Amino acid sequence: MQTYLSQLLFSAGLLLSPVVGAINIEIAGGQEGALPIAVIPFGFDGPGIGLPDFSAVITADLKRSGRFIPLDEKSLISQPHASAEVHFEDWRLLGVENLVVGAVEATGNDSYNVRFELLDVFKGAGLSGFTFSLVNNKNARRIGHQIADIVYERLTGQKGIFDTQITYVISGSSSTPYLLQIADADGYNQKTILTSKEPILSPTWSPDNNSIAYVSFENRKPLVYIQNLTAGTREAIASYPGINSAPAWSPDGTQMAVSLSKDGNPEIYIIDLATKSARRITTNTAIDTEPTWSPDGKSIAFTSDRVGSPQLYLVPSSGGAEKSLTFEGKYNAHPRFSPDGRKIAFVRGDGNINHIAIFDIAAKSVREVTSGRLDESPNFSPNGELIIYASEGGGKGALQVVPASGRTSQPLGVSGGNMRDPAWSAFKKIATE
Amino acid sequence: MNIWILLPLLVVLSGCTVEQIKSTLENAKPANDGTEFSNPGITAAEQPLGADVYRPTDKMTDEFDNSASPLSKRVLYFDRDQTKIRPEYQAVLAAHGKYLSKHTNALVILEGHTDEQGSREYNLALGEKRSQTVRQFLQLNGAITAQIEVVSYGEERPAKVGQEEASWQLNRRVEILYRR
Repeated sequence: MQTYLSQLLFSAGLLLSPVVGAINIEIAGGQEGALPIAVIPFGFDGPGIGLPDFSAVITADLKRSGRFIPLDEKSLISQPHASAEVHFEDWRLLGVENLVVGAVEATGNDSYNVRFELLDVFKGAGLSGFTFSLVNNKNARRIGHQIADIVYERLTGQKGIFDTQITYVISGSSSTPYLLQIADADGYNQKTILTSKEPILSPTWSPDNNSIAYVSFENRKPLVYIQNLTAGTREAIASYPGINSAPAWSPDGTQMAVSLSKDGNPEIYIIDLATKSARRITTNTAIDTEPTWSPDGKSIAFTSDRVGSPQLYLVPSSGGAEKSLTFEGKYNAHPRFSPDGRKIAFVRGDGNINHIAIFDIAAKSVREVTSGRLDESPNFSPNGELIIYASEGGGKGALQVVPASGRTSQPLGVSGGNMRDPAWSAFKKIATE
Repeated sequence: MNIWILLPLLVVLSGCTVEQIKSTLENAKPANDGTEFSNPGITAAEQPLGADVYRPTDKMTDEFDNSASPLSKRVLYFDRDQTKIRPEYQAVLAAHGKYLSKHTNALVILEGHTDEQGSREYNLALGEKRSQTVRQFLQLNGAITAQIEVVSYGEERPAKVGQEEASWQLNRRVEILYRR
């Protein structure tokens, strides 16, 4: 916020820096430097039954990212639907830096054009604009997410993650089944892809977003399955004696790291998904589990209790010397590489508390980013800016999102049941021409 | 939210000129990139949990049900993050090992569990390690490998759902389940 004010004062040609220094602005749930933006309710021409409120979807996305402070709808001084209708001076007075305006136009029976423009209030200029054609209502909310992604990327320089999906498990009990779920990144469009009376854990998206690998106990022991979401088929790819668990796709999607205890204790193996052959990577008498691939595919980080308590280690994916990554603390587990490969999110235990922490590999420094009681299962968003995790406890697990920079955690808009084990999909492709 | 009050004054003083809009609308293809899944959900085949075993509270024979008998104790509890057998269970495991060595047709499943603290996959491994430690004790007391099956549910099947140590202690356990 200070940066924003300074820029503004600079452009205004005023020298009021002592005043700026005296201002202390609190932004609940947002980050320092969050951008003020107004998303105007879209104009509408036609019947449009069942279409989503696009501006509400976009506003919620931008707000959740922590990088924007959208003006609430009550504070909108006018509701233009195209750049030609915008009186920029009015918006400047409100201190809004950017505007999103748009309109939906019926082009036929159940087909529409959704048009939007992203405007720079201070320059009085357009920054981006697209028209999406919508054939039925089925993917309508996705257009809202894709607009939010375009706005986000244009204004922050980072790819947005609004048009992505998550997977998670709703824990069952003796009377209710376990459900493997997928949903949009904002928690909407929840679908059940597996129902089982036995536990399900560790779901993870394939890099092409077409499949989910997970662990299921339906055969009264943990086996690793891959379920193809398009075909609705699945296959057990690890069903050795003992534990088969902790699936992790290689970045190119051709291999899967798993933890197998067929040799007597859990070891990291890599399964070639074409031949199904398993290659052992770790060798010791301790627990080795929770593998995660570096984005270049060359290394695997994992959890091991070889020194008596769980700690993080690194091993080349071709096999070879295993080296210790951590550090301090009694309990360090569930490592997950950031998309740029520079950081590892993990679960750090201390007493009866588990927090999500981030290990900076180059700096060898650790920073806690959550403050719940039992936080677990961290996974980075595909742009690396957010971490999704589960806050656990007493059968009331909830999914949370926290900026990787470590600000306020926000509950995800999914509810119902004891939720856990969240994982983020890869980016989806938007076809533009 | 002081900023919304402060800014108007500053902007009025600035007096910027409004530039002409230069926005050009580009065309985008439909939102669906082919990854909208038809997504038929799968229901896993039902495998009734433990229908073929005696759960710790199930009625068995007098030899097992008599509370004075060490065989009546078929749940062993563990310290936090530990796999060591507590001293008070030595006699219990000796009795079960001896029973198995005498009854070579008897089969047991050792079902390892943990509390909800820590990470799920690590807990799965920890539950197995607890079961394996119990298996070692039974073997030392005469049971043979073929009589014992080791299973772990990690933190997935708590004995008591709760957010405090009293519940957690009940969940850090190995259950000795005799096959029916």
